[in-house]
Amino acid sequence: MSENLLEVSGLEKHFPITKGLLKRQVGAVRAVDGIDLQVKAGETLGLVGESGCGKSTAGRLFTRILEPTGGKIVFEGEDISHRSGAQLRPLRRDVQMIFQDPYSSLNPRHTVGSIVAAPLQIQNMPTPQGLKKAVQELLELVGLNPEHYNRYPHEFSGGQRQRIGIARALALRPKLIVADEPVSALDVSIQAQVVNLLDDLQREFDLTYVFIAHDLSVVRHISNRVAVMYLGKVVEIAERDDLYKNPRHPYTVALMSAVPVPDPARRDRAQRDRVLLTGDVPSPINPPSGCRFRTRCWKAQDICATEEPPLVTRLDDPESHLTACHFPVVDDEAVVGRKPAATPV
Amino acid sequence: MSIGATNPRPYLEIKDLNVRFETDDGIVQAVSDSNFTLERGKTLGIVGESGSGKSVTSLAILGLHRARSNAKVTGEVWLDDEELVSATDEQVRKLRGGKMAMIFQDPLSAMHPYFTVGSQIVEAYRVHHPGVNKKVARERAIDMLARVGIPQPERRFNDYAHQFSGGMRQRAMIAMALVNDPKLLIADEPTTALDVTVQAQILDLIRDLQEEFGSAVIMITHDLGVVAELADDVLVMYGGKVIEKGPALDVFQNPQHPYTWGLLGSMPRLDRDVRERLSPVKGSPPSLINLPNGCAFHPRCPYAGRNGDRSFTEVPLLRGDTHKVACHLSQEDRTQIFQQEVLPNL
Ligand SMILES: Nc1ncnc2c1ncn2[C@@H]1O[C@H](COP(=O)(O)OP(=O)(O)OP(=O)(O)O)[C@@H](O)[C@H]1O
Ligand SMILES: Nc1ncnc2c1ncn2[C@@H]1O[C@H](COP(=O)(O)OP(=O)(O)O)[C@@H](O)[C@H]1O
Ligand code: SF4
Ligand code: SF4
Ligand SMILES: [Mg+2]
Ligand SMILES: [Mg+2]
Repeated sequence: MSENLLEVSGLEKHFPITKGLLKRQVGAVRAVDGIDLQVKAGETLGLVGESGCGKSTAGRLFTRILEPTGGKIVFEGEDISHRSGAQLRPLRRDVQMIFQDPYSSLNPRHTVGSIVAAPLQIQNMPTPQGLKKAVQELLELVGLNPEHYNRYPHEFSGGQRQRIGIARALALRPKLIVADEPVSALDVSIQAQVVNLLDDLQREFDLTYVFIAHDLSVVRHISNRVAVMYLGKVVEIAERDDLYKNPRHPYTVALMSAVPVPDPARRDRAQRDRVLLTGDVPSPINPPSGCRFRTRCWKAQDICATEEPPLVTRLDDPESHLTACHFPVVDDEAVVGRKPAATPV
Repeated sequence: MSIGATNPRPYLEIKDLNVRFETDDGIVQAVSDSNFTLERGKTLGIVGESGSGKSVTSLAILGLHRARSNAKVTGEVWLDDEELVSATDEQVRKLRGGKMAMIFQDPLSAMHPYFTVGSQIVEAYRVHHPGVNKKVARERAIDMLARVGIPQPERRFNDYAHQFSGGMRQRAMIAMALVNDPKLLIADEPTTALDVTVQAQILDLIRDLQEEFGSAVIMITHDLGVVAELADDVLVMYGGKVIEKGPALDVFQNPQHPYTWGLLGSMPRLDRDVRERLSPVKGSPPSLINLPNGCAFHPRCPYAGRNGDRSFTEVPLLRGDTHKVACHLSQEDRTQIFQQEVLPNL
């Protein structure tokens, strides 16, 4: 078996768009449209990109909450792309998901104890010291008071609710956790507490994470490798420091330059260096031909409209740094797309 | 800083503002003894965690609490020499959407689903310009849509809010807020729901429009990055109180309050090396119904015991010249703690 816990290739999820009483299919939302990536055992792979680019859909495919419409998902060497029913049972133990919204992902009518216990019961997990004890240990592990076993979700704050979600995900001692924006809804101080908790748990239980977020700073902090998505595709993937120090894809460059710098002394520079993208992200129903970023890319040439750039190693980059662009940004390139601040769309 | 008798009042001046809500659970002291000023052409950033009283501060300035029977506001709000807390409803209504305007986090809540975006901007304009005919108002609305960077504004004029993308909706709301050239613009988390690339566009837009109209801007956000990008002055709120206030550069380079240190320590940042661990504030924000005694931050503050019991018993006042802080630690202690214990972990 390889050191890759998860491997996906050519992965697709097209949601059909239907019309009329007969539900005739008239098109498809190409939410995930052919992605290849590997997740190594023990690492954290960050997945970033703008709203609607397909991050959550990808996460739901990895955990097989969704079934792919194309391509392959291999978990621990086994093809799980189209498993169903009882065949999925081991996967429901080994792979867990944590969601963004701690409010809606917990059943308000169930106590915290029964929420965290549910996966243990469903999977018939042996609990030598009893179910209650097992649950209380989990609560303690994520920094919650084990005596709050009988409380309901609404009695907890947002950060505490996210901890409940984490306890539930940990209950079955999974190998892979896909966390979809787990800290996006939390206040900064609580966000940092949860990030530290995820860090600690990873070390303690040898967990592998896919960490989905739109916050590039949080992703950088927590990830070993990072994949950038745009309109259903991975456009760049690299070791964390390679990606953040030498972004190659014009979209990655734009995305990073847009992050506000929390230092007023650097305000002018940050603004000057900013790539202001124009226009909106195109629709995933009808993505542009060739390179999907070309409608907003300042480096686009004719070939970008006709040939889709493959995700490959470019320039002198390390083998692990892959970019899908015909004209990747080189070190110290003067980015010509940088616009004077006032240019309207 | 001395205030001479001849000094004119600042454009916006908040004096001893208190806002409380009576609820079934008890009295929510949402804002306590808030004081600040803002001049035209300047931006004030208000930061703090959710529930710290940021939005309530701005709603009180706009007089929006007037519609709520459980709200009680005391203190003074001076806008361009007019006092608003004691003003009549009619007076406040005239100002709102005219001289002062607000943009929210969620543009859908500010826009009506059954009217076109254009007609709502027209309406906002005509309320404050009753003599203007429809055609002129329409041109004005289209002009505003173009100004905020909506492509094909004549066509988009007839769209409904749900037909716009998130960024476009935010732009349209800004167009509506600015249609009457407000002199005070309050932006409450205007980019929180947006992607960074769109956020960059919107912040840019606010900056440009401020330059053009010379408005005073209050930027409310929990994102210190956004504040650093935009604000001249920063006000940090905790538990309904202003706990630190000063010029942005000072507050970021030489933060004084332990809570502000905690906020900075919580934040991973792209402009620094990756830290092994974040250094968050422990615990969670307080309930405004039952604030801790003394310094409201004391249950979460690592330095609470450093100078006897004062932190537990006595509310620290906001003190200082241009850079003010509400903390019992002495200036020397604070400098030493910041340099030796805090800065190395940022
Ligand atoms: N069940 C569905 N049916 C049809 N379209 C869908 C469905 N789920 C997602 N989509 C569409 O697929 C695209 C990708 O959605 P997805 O939720 O994966 O985005 P995301 O990257 O997670 O965005 P966000 O950052 O907003 O969470 C979007 O255009 C979305 O509207
Ligand atoms: N209409 C209301 N009735 C009762 N409590 C309110 C009302 N509006 C706000 N509050 C309370 O006032 C406090 C401050 O809220 P707010 O200013 O909205 O916080 P934020 O800093 O997140 O903007 C919170 O505890 C909130 O629950
Ligand atoms: S392939 Fe062309 S359009 Fe796409 S990112 Fe590269 S330069 Fe831009
Ligand atoms: S007054 Fe005391 S508890 Fe409050 S911030 Fe200062 S040191 Fe901490
Ligand atoms: Mg999502
Ligand atoms: Mg608010």
